[in-house]
Amino acid sequence: MVKKLLMSLFTVFAALVIMFFIIQSMPGDPVDLMATTIQKQQNLQYDIAYIRAKAILNYDPDIPMGQRFLNYITGIVTGNLGTSMTYQRDVISIVGGALPWTFLIVSISLLLSFAVGVLLGIYIAWTRSRILNSVLIGYQSIFGAIPNYVIGYLMLFLFSVTLAWFPSRGAYSTSVTPGFNGEFILDVLHHAFLPVLTYFVTTVAGWIMSMKANSLSVLGEDYITYAQVRGLPKRRILITYLSKNALLPLITSLAVSFGLLFGGSPLIEGMFLYPGVGYYLSRAIAARDYPLMQGMFFIIIIMVVISSFAAELLYKYLNPHLRDS
Amino acid sequence: MTTKTAKAAVRRSNGIRDFFSSIWRNRMSRVGLFILAFFLAMAIFGPIFLKNPPADYLNRLKGPSAEHWLGTDYSGKDTLIQLILGAKDVLLVAFYAGAISIVIACTVGIVSGLLGGKVDTVLMLITNVMVTIPSFPFTMVLSMVISVDNAFMFGVVLSIQAWAGLAKAIRSQVLIIKNRDFIEASRVLGISNFNIIMNDVVPNIISYIAVNFISMMKEAIMSAVGLMYLGLVPFQGNHWGMMIQLSLTASGALMGSGAIVYFLAPVVCIVLFQMGCYLFATGLDEALNPRLRT
Repeated sequence: MVKKLLMSLFTVFAALVIMFFIIQSMPGDPVDLMATTIQKQQNLQYDIAYIRAKAILNYDPDIPMGQRFLNYITGIVTGNLGTSMTYQRDVISIVGGALPWTFLIVSISLLLSFAVGVLLGIYIAWTRSRILNSVLIGYQSIFGAIPNYVIGYLMLFLFSVTLAWFPSRGAYSTSVTPGFNGEFILDVLHHAFLPVLTYFVTTVAGWIMSMKANSLSVLGEDYITYAQVRGLPKRRILITYLSKNALLPLITSLAVSFGLLFGGSPLIEGMFLYPGVGYYLSRAIAARDYPLMQGMFFIIIIMVVISSFAAELLYKYLNPHLRDS
Repeated sequence: MTTKTAKAAVRRSNGIRDFFSSIWRNRMSRVGLFILAFFLAMAIFGPIFLKNPPADYLNRLKGPSAEHWLGTDYSGKDTLIQLILGAKDVLLVAFYAGAISIVIACTVGIVSGLLGGKVDTVLMLITNVMVTIPSFPFTMVLSMVISVDNAFMFGVVLSIQAWAGLAKAIRSQVLIIKNRDFIEASRVLGISNFNIIMNDVVPNIISYIAVNFISMMKEAIMSAVGLMYLGLVPFQGNHWGMMIQLSLTASGALMGSGAIVYFLAPVVCIVLFQMGCYLFATGLDEALNPRLRT
């Protein structure tokens, strides 16, 4: 267990190092970007604009890469992720503000599609319904083929632009006061609806497919036949024999998809202007905001590692064969 | 030609015929084969017969007509011709990305699984690090670091991270067959590791590899279009992703302008191609694995 934990820590560290050097070698200098804007806006000479931009951004491109790397590592260890250039705020506070929103929509959509997928998958396998099976294959071949951001765009067009049923941006309206009150929670759910629906529509068929496949292979096992021969009630077979065994392999995929959805959030969150991790990440990439970019990568990498760690623990706990060893 | 090579050639051509007849028998993969063949023909013959349409600013954003079957774009270019010419780049990018990631994933997965020990530990450590890095944002940054100006480089950018997950899966496939009798036998006979990989391991997981190659291509198209949609890849050419991006940025396709066809055409093509891949892959396992054939 301790070894696993150390390995995870090493993985996080190595991933961060790789990301640091790739981010640092991105073309385009943020100071230069800002200096040109200042130059145009205030009609200054480039040199003066450059010095001003350097002061505003609090970033010196002349510090050598090695020194910057050391600063970054000491920053991570001491819990300081630097200051965002574009937002002029601590990266930690931006991450803290963004994480709950991504967490909210990713976990709601994952749990929904997982629950629906598992129930429908097991139902199709149990009843061997041919009609539902072909509906499922048709659905999967269409919705598995459309990129989720295209679906998101169509939903945005249909439900917020044309029908105006749902808001097209943000996580909550400015008119409500954030806090634990009904109005705020309803408003948050209202805003989260379209991103969640987008994730749900594109991922649910995958869960149904794998649950169906697992259930079918479990149904072919001898112990199911034996249980039927023994005359056990159908309900009992369905719940204790089939569901448990077919569900087990999916637990690992659940955690893996959680990490994947976290990483894939820039497109969906960018489209719905949803202030989560992905949204800030894509903004940071566009503005060459290195500290913010590194902060967002940091949190996504941490989430991926935590979720795969949790998957392993859960799998061990749920699988009696592995629990003793 | 010696009799030996002639026999081998006969066996191979039989293999190809068996492969296609097996694909043909499966109704879903037959449809997939048709779709993929259609796009392949489009990619091969399109550039031979068609030239890049000239800009025609008098006929901007026209709807479908007899002259322009799918209308025109924001600069008056014919949408259908762009669509046909775009097929080549879409397929090339997807093919390169799929091929590169499959080659890396197979090499790492097979070597790691077969040799075990220290090699396995080191390779899996690298793989785990790559798996941890979030793929889409990583590709976003990478596409800016590496200047993407041709289909091959685009394929490289898309596959630098994509191989990792597959390498792990292939490794576990290898671990399953590693201790089977035929591999033990080859070992006892003193056959080199390279020959064991080529003659014993690869043929046994070839269907798994093929199915994953198709899904890698699917993934690559998704990310390629995603990157273009965000405007991160200033890739010259008629890639469908470029068309989607231009339709949304340059003509506001969905906000009530007449350019909806210009947006929908590449989207429909991408969806059709992805569907073709998916349907084709359903029969692939059976076609490549003689034991599954009925």
